[in-house]
Amino acid sequence: MSSIEETIKKLEQKTKIIRSYIIKMLAEAGSGHPGGSLSAVEIVTALYFHVMNIKPEEPYWPDRDRFVLSKGHAAPVLYAALAEKGFFPVEELWKLRKTGAMLQGHPDMKGTPGVEISTGSLGQGLSAANGMALAARLDGRKSRIYVLLGDGEVEEGQVWEAAMAAAYYKLDNLMVFVDHNHLQIDGHVEEVMSPEPLKDKFNAFGWHVVEIDGHNLEEIIQAVETAKGIKGKPTVAIAETIKGKGVSFMENQVDWHGKAPSREQMKKALEELGGVLDA
Amino acid sequence: MRKEKMATRDAYGKTLIELGRQNRDIVVLDADLSKSTRTEYFAKEFPERFFNVGIAEQNLMGIAAGLAASGKIPFASTFAVFATGRAYDQVRNTIAYPGLNVKIAASHAGITVGEDGASHQTFEDISLMRGLPGMTVIVPADAVETRFAVKKAAEVKGPVYIRLGRPKVPVIFDETDYSFELGKGIILREGKDATIFATGIMVSRALEAADVLADKDVDVKVVNIHTIKPIDEDLIIRCAKQTGAVVTAEEHSIIGGLGSAVSEVLAENYPVVIKRIGIQDEFGMSGDAGELLVHYKLTSKDIVEGVESCLKMKKAL
Ligand SMILES: Cc1ncc(C[n+]2csc(CCOP(=O)(O)OP(=O)(O)O)c2C)c(N)n1
Ligand SMILES: [Mg+2]
Repeated sequence: MSSIEETIKKLEQKTKIIRSYIIKMLAEAGSGHPGGSLSAVEIVTALYFHVMNIKPEEPYWPDRDRFVLSKGHAAPVLYAALAEKGFFPVEELWKLRKTGAMLQGHPDMKGTPGVEISTGSLGQGLSAANGMALAARLDGRKSRIYVLLGDGEVEEGQVWEAAMAAAYYKLDNLMVFVDHNHLQIDGHVEEVMSPEPLKDKFNAFGWHVVEIDGHNLEEIIQAVETAKGIKGKPTVAIAETIKGKGVSFMENQVDWHGKAPSREQMKKALEELGGVLDA
Repeated sequence: MRKEKMATRDAYGKTLIELGRQNRDIVVLDADLSKSTRTEYFAKEFPERFFNVGIAEQNLMGIAAGLAASGKIPFASTFAVFATGRAYDQVRNTIAYPGLNVKIAASHAGITVGEDGASHQTFEDISLMRGLPGMTVIVPADAVETRFAVKKAAEVKGPVYIRLGRPKVPVIFDETDYSFELGKGIILREGKDATIFATGIMVSRALEAADVLADKDVDVKVVNIHTIKPIDEDLIIRCAKQTGAVVTAEEHSIIGGLGSAVSEVLAENYPVVIKRIGIQDEFGMSGDAGELLVHYKLTSKDIVEGVESCLKMKKAL
């Protein structure tokens, strides 16, 4: 087996663990957002377990790469990756959203190691990421900044203010993924308030644009490599995804945006995910 | 108080349908939260008069302003944290400054948002809206009051902020003998030892506190302040004169909300001892709404303790 094949196999195994963590933590919490967490699993897994230069034992290492979860409601996918990576004990996951727990409903940088910026109010992460990219440049650091945006989230005007700024400042140490799962809360993104054509918009704003299958680990890693080679402009990967990916009854279901699975549903989902985690 | 419970946002959604049938100028806007704010009820019946602008709260307020400038009566809804925070400048400069007839009906205010946590819990929205010249600020205590308040808001000219909640709360009032007068507090219980001014979900808790205090031979007056602005100065001063001790109770920061408004009125007119029950200048956190109300000291027990400490201060004067 070639080394990339081995890498992909290892990462695929990780995605099953991450998905299982997401399901179980949401069932334990009794509320939260499975759909947009599951659609981003491959992107987040590739970043945390292959791409990013980070040290879980030293979360504030200044030369680290950074991940900004702009769509903060997908906190479960970030928490799962951080726990699996060793930023904090996996047991914390089962206390998500409970009174007094470390893991808040939306990412809280003050309380949670590995969370780079507090999010939850949509549309603000890319601006903060611009700041991180500018600081890395000012300090002469090699850090790269990765951002995950929702496809409904890009309806926020601030996203485009930030997109304009990132291109203007030639932030080639910045890469954005748009989790293009075609759903938001009130329905299909194209029906509620279409941001299309997304590709043309980012192009017009001065970005390098690639379109990928957001569940294909190899394409994700390839896009990251491409972005590293693009000089003088930021790169965006518009990642075609399925909301609720990996759990049959959640896939493409708008109702699974923001509700937790029951115990029964959790068991079924964990089974579908290969039984890597006990209920 | 009746046994029945209903969220104020549910009453809002239902009232919008009533209004929509009566007046063709009523239009409703939302920003991808129509299921949560209950504007989806209106959207179903009047799809041509409903505008879902997507996740874009600033644009929401701007479009509402334009509709109002052209004679419509827009109700713009999203979560309270985004309506007042994210779109503050749009509300200030394009709605409040020109005095446009926009009704901002925002749900999920306060700590009872629960599990979503601090990013979604606002305790400063009343403060932000109260500071805007010409903005009317209403915080209904239950479903019945919400219905009357929303109808009144549609009648009066000018910008109105209506603060709505996520959880089911006790229905306090009876439709048949309730009347809503904008800017007028409602005395719910007479008493001579102290006055509790309460708003929103704290009104039912204030009534519970009064029962507990009565058992301890403390006789408190309970007043429902549904309109935070314009505030009922006359009533507040009168109650202060009658009881000489005042406690305020709100699901909001003690800075800038009902507690501040009452303190301002009394400091300038008739100073008495005051104790403010509310959130103490801090952000919220994730958790069960009921547990959070206990954690942030917003229970009837906390109001009882507030009254007792207030009476101690009064004695020491
Ligand atoms: C400023 C702001 N407005 C509204 C919300 C409420 N909200 C949470 S998730 C969501 C929909 C997000 O859709 P999308 O960006 O497509 O995310 P995904 O489909 O990946 O879950 C909304 C409107 C919010 N969190 N922040
Ligand atoms: Mg989406």
